[in-house]
Amino acid sequence: MKISNVLNTKAPKATIKKSGMSSLGIRNTRWLSFPYILWMVGFIIIPLIVILYYGMTTNDKQFTLENISSILNPINLRALLFALRLSLISTVICLILAYPLAMILNKSKMKSNSFIVMIIILPMWMNFLLRTIAWQNILERTGIINTVLKFFNLPMLNIINTPSAIVLGMVYNFLPFMVLPIYNVLIKIDKDIVNAARDLGANSRQTLFKIILPLSLPGVISGITMVFVPSLTTFVISNILGGSKIVLIGNVIEQQFRIGNWHTGSGLSLVLMIFILISMAILSKYDKESEGSNLW
Amino acid sequence: MTDNKLIDLVNITKSYGDNIVLDELNLYIRENEFLTLLGPSGCGKTTTLRIIGGFENPDQGQVIFEGKDITKMAPNERQLNTVFQKYALFNHLSIAENIAFGLKIKKKSKVYIDDKIKYALKLVNLDGFENRMPDSLSGGQQQRIAIARAIVNEPKVLLLDEPLGALDLKLRQDMQYELIRLKNELGITFIYVTHDQEEALTMSDTIVVMNQGYIQQIGTPEDIYNEPQNAFVADFIGESNILPSIMIEDKLVNILGTNFACVDTGFGRNKPVDVVIRPEDIDLVKPDEGTIKGVVTSLLFKGVHYEMEVSAHGHDWLVHSTDLAAVGSEVGILVDPFDIQIMNKPESEDEEAVELEM
Amino acid sequence: MVKKFIERFYVGFILFFLYAPIIILIILSFNNSKSRSKWGGFTLHWYKELFKNESIMNALYTTLIIALASAFIATLIGTAAAIAINSMKKTPRTIMVAITNIPMLNADIVTGISLMLLFVAMRYTLGFTSVLISHITFNIPYVILSVMPKLKQLNPHTFEAALDLGASPVYAFFKVILPDIFPGVLTGFFLAFTMSLDDFVITHFTKGPEINTLSTKIYTEVRKGIKPEIYALSTLMFIAVLLLLIIVNRRNAERKEPIRKM
Repeated sequence: MKISNVLNTKAPKATIKKSGMSSLGIRNTRWLSFPYILWMVGFIIIPLIVILYYGMTTNDKQFTLENISSILNPINLRALLFALRLSLISTVICLILAYPLAMILNKSKMKSNSFIVMIIILPMWMNFLLRTIAWQNILERTGIINTVLKFFNLPMLNIINTPSAIVLGMVYNFLPFMVLPIYNVLIKIDKDIVNAARDLGANSRQTLFKIILPLSLPGVISGITMVFVPSLTTFVISNILGGSKIVLIGNVIEQQFRIGNWHTGSGLSLVLMIFILISMAILSKYDKESEGSNLW
Repeated sequence: MTDNKLIDLVNITKSYGDNIVLDELNLYIRENEFLTLLGPSGCGKTTTLRIIGGFENPDQGQVIFEGKDITKMAPNERQLNTVFQKYALFNHLSIAENIAFGLKIKKKSKVYIDDKIKYALKLVNLDGFENRMPDSLSGGQQQRIAIARAIVNEPKVLLLDEPLGALDLKLRQDMQYELIRLKNELGITFIYVTHDQEEALTMSDTIVVMNQGYIQQIGTPEDIYNEPQNAFVADFIGESNILPSIMIEDKLVNILGTNFACVDTGFGRNKPVDVVIRPEDIDLVKPDEGTIKGVVTSLLFKGVHYEMEVSAHGHDWLVHSTDLAAVGSEVGILVDPFDIQIMNKPESEDEEAVELEM
Repeated sequence: MVKKFIERFYVGFILFFLYAPIIILIILSFNNSKSRSKWGGFTLHWYKELFKNESIMNALYTTLIIALASAFIATLIGTAAAIAINSMKKTPRTIMVAITNIPMLNADIVTGISLMLLFVAMRYTLGFTSVLISHITFNIPYVILSVMPKLKQLNPHTFEAALDLGASPVYAFFKVILPDIFPGVLTGFFLAFTMSLDDFVITHFTKGPEINTLSTKIYTEVRKGIKPEIYALSTLMFIAVLLLLIIVNRRNAERKEPIRKM
């Protein structure tokens, strides 16, 4: 009896010693992050400091706030406000389109969710510029939609080179980034949570608004960020579908760099980063636990 | 417990693909009863509960509640509430909001709801937890909240799906007492699903032992333990010696070649039967004083008693006793006639299959 | 029934929306007419021309090399980083994850500009290497985010068990840890490859005048009209990926037996 007692009390201690070995393992894994840390500092942090430097200096390396305040120039300000408006509209449309889709996909019997994810991101394997150019084909005066409309003697649809075409391009390009985060959150909601709500008397609408929607909020927030930021800052979509007359803040910045005006371009980029930072702050508030895994 | 049938399950059949989970199950639950569905995983007990709760539709059969057919009724319209296996608390809502969920949907007044929250938290011994969030609670506390959330709706029946499965042993035992107390205070029907036979024996008025979609036995805990109707029940509930035997005549059975007196009648003459003897019902005596002789082959100390194996007449008899017999010593085996339980050999193929699996 | 129909219709509608431009591009690749708004009959002409067009083939070559190399290097750095981050304490881990999120959440235009300014400030000539470095930078986060969930699912004791049985840490890593997280590593690689292939904005700012990827080549042609050979090339690439995915999915479906929980 005594012997077995001694053995029993010793046994857990032995395992504690073993997990001590795993802390040795942890010390051993720390060096694995060194290449990444070096890379992050060199190519993420320092570039941001460089852009800050350029944005706040003149050609003669003098400190200035002029680059940043050039956002108040009416042309630039209008471009920013217009970009804000279009990206907000696109984000809302994406949300309205994506949420029901994510819910249907979640409900579908197709349990291989990697297949669903594949279907949604597969279009990305066709070059994004080409896909956007294809919309020119669809929307043009002599494009597919108008050919069909003409055939039925219906009025022409003239949205190419208008803000509507840009919004369409944004929704088209960034919709997957709204669908996937929402879908990823929805599939993680325990079916019994939904059952519990039904059990406590909630009908399907009440269950949606009181349980599913609040629980999927982190995914919605991720989706909003993933759509809003690229829409706000795009210059390609507006270039291809908006013609030369519509100028968004992204076009202004790209133009500044094209004509060699790097300091002004950097200053305007800093202004743009304020909006990005706000989005990131909101995201990190809701996305604490998943550590970014809702994004993909 | 009254004799009124509250829920009546009639010919319930359910299958997933080729897998038949429930096969023409018939079962009634009385008002104010603590009924436990007990069985190994995959026996259909959880499916039965989910059909009562309305989360699954049976392929065939009816669920009758207070005389009305509710088979097709949505879960939110049924007058019963469920405590889910992994609690299924709403993590985005506070404890108070979780408990108030059902009441708010029924549009109860704020005063009424606040009263109910207080009452329910007191009932589950968690006063003052109103503003905590579910994920800041321990497993046992979350379990109590899940119960509180269900009972504030004053259901006629509370369905509990392995509610103690995720808790550690000590907590599980404490919660067993809590549940019995709750049941008595609330005076409602509990339908309880578990695979833990000790839980079932401790708490239930009635135990329904299930296996492979069939009900094996329905009875009080004492019935189930003392008079198992077949080898599956005998083996699943507690430990036992199941011995192939021949019923010589009324009150006399031949076990492994030796005649034992028993109290059972009506099995006929010279009929093959199974005999169940619980290990604690075997007395080890001096070799000459026993009905048969054997040799102790192993000995384990189990705390409350010793567990011994005695080899006698080609069978290893499992014996629980507070008296110790050394390994290798010769002993006599003595069994009181009242402790010999006779069971019919399984007839249907399904039951046969069960026996083979053991 | 009606609800089901509406749901199917809706999914069909969205998929049509997502795939319509792709179908149009595929059709255009067979169009026997230089104008993209006229159908001039079916032809395989552009597929033959494609392989003779040196500037397109060069751009394709550059694109593939950069995508493969950047995805491979990002997978190495990212997987190692994910393992280290996973065993970090809470505060350093939060910081690491936050910094990892920067290139994912930041606007491409800002990332592109900042990297370009860095290279210029370092007096480093823009070209192949600067594009490769930029692609690795925005690819690493995708690898980390793919590997991290697999690491979290990992039973920490399997590694200890391997050590206990006499394996060296390196041997234990390759025999025990890596096989378990490999699906995540593979996903990360493919995601990184895709992102690199599809990138335009960051390449646009960091490439310099000497080289072109497919994206930047297409962009220079937007105004004067896309060469039909490009449609042919994109169609080929898309079909190749589609076939690859179908094969992978088939094999996965065969390997995994459907498990139904009751």
